[in-house]
Amino acid sequence: MHMADALLSPAVGATFWAASGGAIIYASKKVRLEIDEKKIPLMGVLGAFIFAAQMINFTIPGTGSSGHLGGGMILAILLGPYAAFLTIASVLIIQALFFADGGLMALGCNIFNMGVFPCFVAYPLIYKNIVRDNPTAGKITAASVISSVLALQMGAFFVVLQTQLSGRSELPLTSFVLAMQPIHLAIGVVEGFITAGIVNFVRQTRPEILEGAAKSRPLSGLPIRNILASLAILALLTGGILSWFASSFPDGLEWSIEKVYGKAELPESVHSIGRILGGFQEKSAFLPDYGFKKPSSQENAIPETDNPEPWPAVSAGTSVSGVVGAALTAGLALLIGFALRKKR
Amino acid sequence: MASFDSAYFDIKYLDTLSYQDTAIHRLDPRVKLLTTAFFILTVVSFSKYELTGLAPLFVFPVILISRAGLPVGLLLKKIVAVSPFAVMVGAFNPLFDQHVMAHLGGVPISGGWISFASILIRFMLTVSAALILIATTSFPGICLALERLKVPRALIVQLYFLYYFIFVLMDEALRMVRARNMRAFDGRGTGLRAYVHLLGALFLRAVDRAERVHQAMFSRAFNGHFYAARRSGITCQDGIFFLAWAAFFVLCRWYNISEIIGQAALRVMHMI
Repeated sequence: MHMADALLSPAVGATFWAASGGAIIYASKKVRLEIDEKKIPLMGVLGAFIFAAQMINFTIPGTGSSGHLGGGMILAILLGPYAAFLTIASVLIIQALFFADGGLMALGCNIFNMGVFPCFVAYPLIYKNIVRDNPTAGKITAASVISSVLALQMGAFFVVLQTQLSGRSELPLTSFVLAMQPIHLAIGVVEGFITAGIVNFVRQTRPEILEGAAKSRPLSGLPIRNILASLAILALLTGGILSWFASSFPDGLEWSIEKVYGKAELPESVHSIGRILGGFQEKSAFLPDYGFKKPSSQENAIPETDNPEPWPAVSAGTSVSGVVGAALTAGLALLIGFALRKKR
Repeated sequence: MASFDSAYFDIKYLDTLSYQDTAIHRLDPRVKLLTTAFFILTVVSFSKYELTGLAPLFVFPVILISRAGLPVGLLLKKIVAVSPFAVMVGAFNPLFDQHVMAHLGGVPISGGWISFASILIRFMLTVSAALILIATTSFPGICLALERLKVPRALIVQLYFLYYFIFVLMDEALRMVRARNMRAFDGRGTGLRAYVHLLGALFLRAVDRAERVHQAMFSRAFNGHFYAARRSGITCQDGIFFLAWAAFFVLCRWYNISEIIGQAALRVMHMI
């Protein structure tokens, strides 16, 4: 499930970019230190493998619909957590560019949701603890299913969290969670069995690949706990700084105001039809409540709602002149595009 | 997601487009990457109910598409086909936010519809920006930009490898999927069991391929560096491109250009 730019606020997007960026830097260091030469092309090819596998559909029995693979856990099991994390990040980057899946701002969120949880949580804490040193087919299956389910649950929950924090969607937290988690439970179980099938297949045909992945573990000096702790601190810090910074921008403000006062404030009596028909050209404040879009210099003060000067968009979302202007702008843009194309 | 063939075709087509030679393609990849990032940041920073303020930003994709000679049809198709998550989530806004915020020609419009429309516009802007970036910069170009921007080497090498292997492996996968589908009568044989076996076989071929490729590269003195033959270094044109767009984005963010143009237009109409 890809988080999308259109649902993100800058503060949330930047926070998760910082967290994912930190994780990428850390994983790169680890990979450079511990990896042997041969694993580098393997990382590339496994990334391409996941990429291709995601495009192959299979029929889900009984439903008639089709599903495909996520792949985070397979990579973590076959490559070890650090190399797998970089591989997932690279796959997501290519998807963001070639398919525009999610988008570039949401890429930080997506790398976090689909990379950190399988590689740095589910793999070391669950998979490793179940399989330990003597992998059997049964153990691998159980471990794959449980860790895939949990990784997907955490990832899906974070999609909900990021959407909620951004405040672009109106979906209430509880109904969003109740929609996302069961769907991803089902996806996780299927994903787990596919993961188990492939890992067991690899264990039978090319056992040395699995051994290589398992061996890369003891080399890693820092325990996973430290990464998670530092990631959390990094995320909190950047989140705190950025949201403080962002609160001087309108949307952060808007969000917090909305959270504090709720929306009940909107006086419905203001938007009477007569008023709109009365003054087309007058830049009327249909929505006195949405005046806080102004870029106020002091981030603490809630700007006066009916002070129209520096920010002409008191009701830009809906005012007539805004709509007329938008239509004109769109026409103009198309015209420019057309003219430029002709010139070539 | 679309069928394997068409998805693969789209990737190849985008990749081919990115090797054209236009003024936009010749710009430094760093400049295009940063301008796109700035654009997306501008778009997402607008408040939830913004509609008209976002409209002037369409100038950016439109100009780039026309200057770089990109096919509008393909881009539109890809925007529509892209994973509908944002649209699905946004579609709930009209249900939960029913405060009437405006009347348009006497029809009351709730805040939910306005914020939903805003999400759709953001979606179109951000998705087209990402697609235009790759279609005008080429993937190795973006890797080069990331390398210059001090992104860790391990990730860059991984991105290069992934990019090269994708085309190799997709050909392989395409053949396997065709073989499966031709043998699958009435959908039988496209289930989970066949899927896992298919992936297993694909995996083995991929690993063998990786080993051969690695040996070949190693024997040709591959040392972990990829070299690009394209011009590098920021030129005057790059600087103008970035500064002009950055100024435009800031202008759009601080002034509602649609509102200003609309007011002027209405005033003119009034005078007539």
